[in-house]
Amino acid sequence: MIETIKYTATEELADLFTQNREIYNEGCPDFMNRKRSEALDKFVKTGIPSRKNENYKYTDLRPVFQNDFTVLPRYVQQQIDLHELFHCDVPQLNTHLVLLINGWYYGHNRKIGQLPNGVVLGSLNHVCREHPHLIEKAYNQLAGISDDPIANLNTTMAKDGLFLYVPDDVKIDKPIQIVNLLYAKENTFAVQRNMFVLGKNSEATIVFCDHTLNHNYYILNNLSECFLEEDSKFNFYAVQNMHNGAVNNTHFFADLKERSTLHTNTLTLNGGLVRNNINVKLNGEYAHADLNGLTLADEKQHIDNFITIDHRVPNCTSNQLYKNILDNKASGAFSGRIHVLRDAQKTEAYQRNNNVLLSETAEMNTKPQLIIDADDVRCSHGATVGRIDEDALFYLRTRGIGEKEARLMIMFAFADEVLSQVNIKVLRQRLEELVNRRLRGELGPCQTCSFNFRKP
Amino acid sequence: MLQIKNLHASVDGKEILKGISIDVKPGEIHAIMGPNGSGKSTLANVLAGHEKYEVTEGEIFFEGENLLELAAEERARNGIFLSFQYPIEIPGVSMVNFLKTAVNEHRKHKGLEPLTASQFLKLMEEKKKVVEISSQLTNRSVNEGFSGGEKKRNEIFQMAMLEPKLAILDETDSGLDIDALRIVAKGVNTLKSPHNATIVVTHYQRLLEYIVPDYVHVLYNGKIVKSAGKELALELEKKGYDWIKNES
Repeated sequence: MIETIKYTATEELADLFTQNREIYNEGCPDFMNRKRSEALDKFVKTGIPSRKNENYKYTDLRPVFQNDFTVLPRYVQQQIDLHELFHCDVPQLNTHLVLLINGWYYGHNRKIGQLPNGVVLGSLNHVCREHPHLIEKAYNQLAGISDDPIANLNTTMAKDGLFLYVPDDVKIDKPIQIVNLLYAKENTFAVQRNMFVLGKNSEATIVFCDHTLNHNYYILNNLSECFLEEDSKFNFYAVQNMHNGAVNNTHFFADLKERSTLHTNTLTLNGGLVRNNINVKLNGEYAHADLNGLTLADEKQHIDNFITIDHRVPNCTSNQLYKNILDNKASGAFSGRIHVLRDAQKTEAYQRNNNVLLSETAEMNTKPQLIIDADDVRCSHGATVGRIDEDALFYLRTRGIGEKEARLMIMFAFADEVLSQVNIKVLRQRLEELVNRRLRGELGPCQTCSFNFRKP
Repeated sequence: MLQIKNLHASVDGKEILKGISIDVKPGEIHAIMGPNGSGKSTLANVLAGHEKYEVTEGEIFFEGENLLELAAEERARNGIFLSFQYPIEIPGVSMVNFLKTAVNEHRKHKGLEPLTASQFLKLMEEKKKVVEISSQLTNRSVNEGFSGGEKKRNEIFQMAMLEPKLAILDETDSGLDIDALRIVAKGVNTLKSPHNATIVVTHYQRLLEYIVPDYVHVLYNGKIVKSAGKELALELEKKGYDWIKNES
C-alpha cells in the first residue's frame, strides 16, 4: 500500500497524478473524478504559472514546486491527538472548532457543539459519499470556469476538505473555527477543497486559521467554493500564520444571489509565499460583497492578493479595502479587478489599497483595474504606497510618547482600519491583539509554533 | 527656567536662526513676534526637538539641563509643550488612547503610577471644561476631520492634560475666529501659574490682547532685533514690521 509518493520535478506533477489516478479516484464519487481529468488537461495546457502569466506578474510559482515534497492522496492516520498538540492563538472564541490536517478532515475531531437542525458540517469526502446530492450539482461550478492553473491543480488532486451546508432560514450564531494544520514528517504538498453552501436567508461565520506545526516545507493549495443563496449572509475570516518557509496558495470563489451579503477579511501574519485569489461573482440584484485584507510582512516574505469581482447584474455593491505593512525585504502585490458587465447598471464598486513600507528594501506592486461596460455606475479605486508619516511621529513624540511606541501607534492605527471591519467583537479584539503582537515582533511563526507545539 | 544662548539653527543647510538669546523665568509670558519667514516657527520647533532642524551653534538649557541632548519625547516629559501651528491629523489613533499614553508617560517619568481607566476619564472630563471641548471631538481620532479652530482648541486641551512647565504656542491664533480665540486664551490663562511659563509665537498683536505678555521680542531675519515690554506689541500693530526692518 502506498501511503505517500516521493516527487522532485514540477513538470512531473501531471505524471504523478496520471500514474496514481486510481488512488486519487479511490473513495470519491464519479462526478468528482470526472472533474479531475478535465482540470488536469487545463493545468497541463497552462502549466505552473510564471511571471509571463499576466495574472502572476509579481509571483512566480515555479520555484515553489522545485523542492522535494510528498503528496497525500490518502488520509494518513495521526499518531497523536491533534487536539493535544494544537492550541489556538485565537482562544476564548466561543466557536465550533474543527481541525483539518494536511488538507484532510481530522478523523478524531471532537464532537462539534450543538448546531441547528439540518446543518451539515464535516468532511467533504465523507459528505460526497453520504449526501452526494448536496455537492454534485455545485462541485467545481465556480472553480471549473477559472483558467487559474493552481485552481485546476486543486481540482485534479483534491479529495477532502471542509463542507458546510446551512439550510434555508437557519442562522448559526457561533462562528465556526476551522484550523488548517500542516504537520507531517516530510515536506508536503497539501491539497484541500472546501465548499460552503448557504441556503436562502441563512447565515454563518467561518474563521479559517492556517498553521504549520513544524518547520518542514509545506505547500498548501486550499480552494473554497461558496454559494450564497437569496438573502443569505456569509462571513469568512482568514488568519494566515504559516512559517516563513511555507507556501500558502488559496482560492476563494463565491457566487452571490439576490440580496445576499459576503464579508471576507484576510489577515496575513506569517508565511513565506502567500498568494490569495478571491473571485466573486455578483449574480443576483442587490447582492453585496465586502472584501478586506491586511498583511504584515517582513524578512523575505512575499504576499500577493489577487482579487476579481464581477458585477453581472444591476444594483449590486462591493467594497475592497486591502492594506499592507512591509518591512525588511518583504514584497507585496495587490491586484483588484472590478468588472462591471454591460447590464449591471446602478453598480457601486469601491476599492482602496494602502501600503506602508518600513524599509528601503521592501517592495509593493499594486494594480487596480476597472473594466466598466455599463454607463450608470459609481466606481472608484485608489492606491497609495508610502512611509510612516514623520510629522505624525513628531507630533506624538512632542506629547511625551517614545519613538518606538509612537511608531507602533501609527502602524496599528493604519492596520486597524481593516480590523475594524470585522463585525464580531470578540474576534476583532483577538485579531487586534495578534496584530499588535506581530507589530511588536512578539509573534514570530516559530514562537507561535513552539507555543502551540507540545512534544507528544 | 529656559536659557537660549546664541542659538543658530539651519534646515537643509540653510541657516534660519542666526544667534538668538532669550531668558525665560517661571511665571513669565514671552511673545515672539515677527514677519513671515523670520524664523518664529523654526524657533518653536527647535525647542520642541524637531530633528529636521540642525542646531549649528549655541546652547539651550531648560531647568539647568542641556536641552539639545534630549529627544523630543524626553523634552516633553521634562515639561515642554509645543502647541502646533498646524496640528497633525492621525487617522485611527483615538484621542483617548493617545492622551492616556501621553499622560502615563509623563507620570512614569515623574515616578508615578499610571492612571487607571476611570481616573483618566475623570481627569479628561475635568480638563475638557477648560477649553470647552466636546466629547464628540475627544471620541474621535487625533485631529481627524477637526476644523481649524477645533484643532487649536484640542492643542490647548492637550496642554491642560499634560500641565507643562513651559508652553510654546506657535501661531495659536491663526485660523481662529474671535470666539474661539477667547476660549483658547481663557484656557491658556486658566493654566497659568507662578511656576510655569509661556512663549507665544505670533504674527499679530490680536492674541496678546487676551494673553498679556511680560516681554515682547521681535524676530527678524533669524535674529532678535528688539525686546521690550508689552507696549512693543501695540507699537508694532500701529507701525507694522517695516519699521523694524528699516531700523535693523
